[in-house]
Amino acid sequence: MSAWVLVIVFVVAGAVGYRVIRGVPPMLHTPLMSGMNALSGVTVLGALVATAAALTSGSKALGGLAIILATTNVAGGFLVTHKMLRMFKRK
Amino acid sequence: MNSPRTAVKGNLLGSVCLLAAIVLTLTRHGLITRGVLWASMALGAGLGAGLAAKAQMVHMPQLVALFNGLGGGASAAVGLIVLLQASVRVDVFGRLGSGLALTVGGATLSGSLVAAGKLAQRLPQNPIRLRGHTALTVACLTGSLVLLVLALFPGLGAGAAVAFLMLLAALSFGILLAIRVGGADMPITISLLNSLSGLAASVAGFALRNPLLVAVGAIVGAAGLILTQTMCRAMNRSLLTVLAGSTTQAQQMPLDRARPETPATPAAPGQGLSLAFILETAQKVVIVPGYGMALAQAQHQVKALFEALEDNGKEVTFAIHPVAGRMPGHMHVLLAEVDFPYDRLCEIDDVNPEFPETDLVIVVGANDVVNPAAATAEGTPIYGMPVLDVGSAKHVVVCNLDDKPGFAGVPNPLYKQQGVLCLWGDAKQTLEDLMTHLGGH
Repeated sequence: MSAWVLVIVFVVAGAVGYRVIRGVPPMLHTPLMSGMNALSGVTVLGALVATAAALTSGSKALGGLAIILATTNVAGGFLVTHKMLRMFKRK
Repeated sequence: MNSPRTAVKGNLLGSVCLLAAIVLTLTRHGLITRGVLWASMALGAGLGAGLAAKAQMVHMPQLVALFNGLGGGASAAVGLIVLLQASVRVDVFGRLGSGLALTVGGATLSGSLVAAGKLAQRLPQNPIRLRGHTALTVACLTGSLVLLVLALFPGLGAGAAVAFLMLLAALSFGILLAIRVGGADMPITISLLNSLSGLAASVAGFALRNPLLVAVGAIVGAAGLILTQTMCRAMNRSLLTVLAGSTTQAQQMPLDRARPETPATPAAPGQGLSLAFILETAQKVVIVPGYGMALAQAQHQVKALFEALEDNGKEVTFAIHPVAGRMPGHMHVLLAEVDFPYDRLCEIDDVNPEFPETDLVIVVGANDVVNPAAATAEGTPIYGMPVLDVGSAKHVVVCNLDDKPGFAGVPNPLYKQQGVLCLWGDAKQTLEDLMTHLGGH
């Protein structure tokens, strides 16, 4: 994929995200933040690919660490978000 | 995510999509059978689930900060891996992306960990300013930039050394940035770090030419930016002054000037009567909860008080300051924990004009957000911050632990004001006392 396409993807996603998220009420800001936080663990995809392509054992170990960190972020983030949102829903 | 009802689905949808993306990525790169990858993921998921399961709502801010740091750290590691292999057909664009991922991710990691430490009260709350702090920060930043340029041309020298130096510079920058931020500005810092972790994921996507990473990272970055803006507006601060640690000026200000000369008297016997009277006659009641309520775990008492007041035919609303608690929206989550009707929660702009017509304000564990000194105490962290104008109500009852200054470190003159009744002590207990007064009539 060409570099410029990626730049365009970045700009468009940022702008769309900005518009959509502006509408979230303050009440949900904490779940929003922790949900977004979980999403930032999407970097696990990068970690998987990079680890698989890693050549030296040092890089591989680093990759394994990256995967662990990222999945902790993803799993933990989504679970606490869910926990919080469930409380809102009970009402 | 626009309403509490749909947000649960949104969150589940997000997690399912991410899982699908993982599987898809593994399949596309023919890695589905690599056991090590799965084992790493399982370990990480287990860790995350464990942490999440144990989490209490009060501890949410530091947990989010911690997770945030881990995400940033993962992005940094991805950047590092790619950079270390820079000699292997990675073009300038890829190197730029991975260098940025390393820098931004590293700063996010160390900054978030410092923030989490401060929130968990493992590190001192007040801003820490090293000698030549600004110079050091600038040095780290310029160092990162120079190294980034160096990394673009792997022919120049040792790629690995440059990469590790970059990591070092980024980590130091994160620490320098977060350590200087005072406790009251923490919500802003977390929001910013949240944004940075998204950005780190996004630039890691540039490094790996992965459009999904780029897009999702950009959205997270935008979300963090919005929250940062919201928080800054709520505190009437610009992002730059927060990061520049202008709060440190507060330490130079003689705090004693505004401190009450004598400690406020604990509830005298005679006050109980008037308290019952106030409670009985008040028609319009506003409750202002703060982080202290969470610390005292008094949410259930607050809810009971709310119900008791409602049963007595009073009109009760809740005033939530945008920075009440330790992160955006923290108070709402705490109140939701006790199953609170969230349509009763009001924002500062709606509730402030109502205070002059309010008979009784009950402050529960809130200090900085009701501190009238925000309008006058120049040079303090809360100067210029819009506060809840509870002083203009007819009566105020404060159920705080003590009369010590709040997180921002500014003494609160409200406690000495006429018509303000202070019940010091554990909010659980004082609230129950309040209810006995109410129940007596």
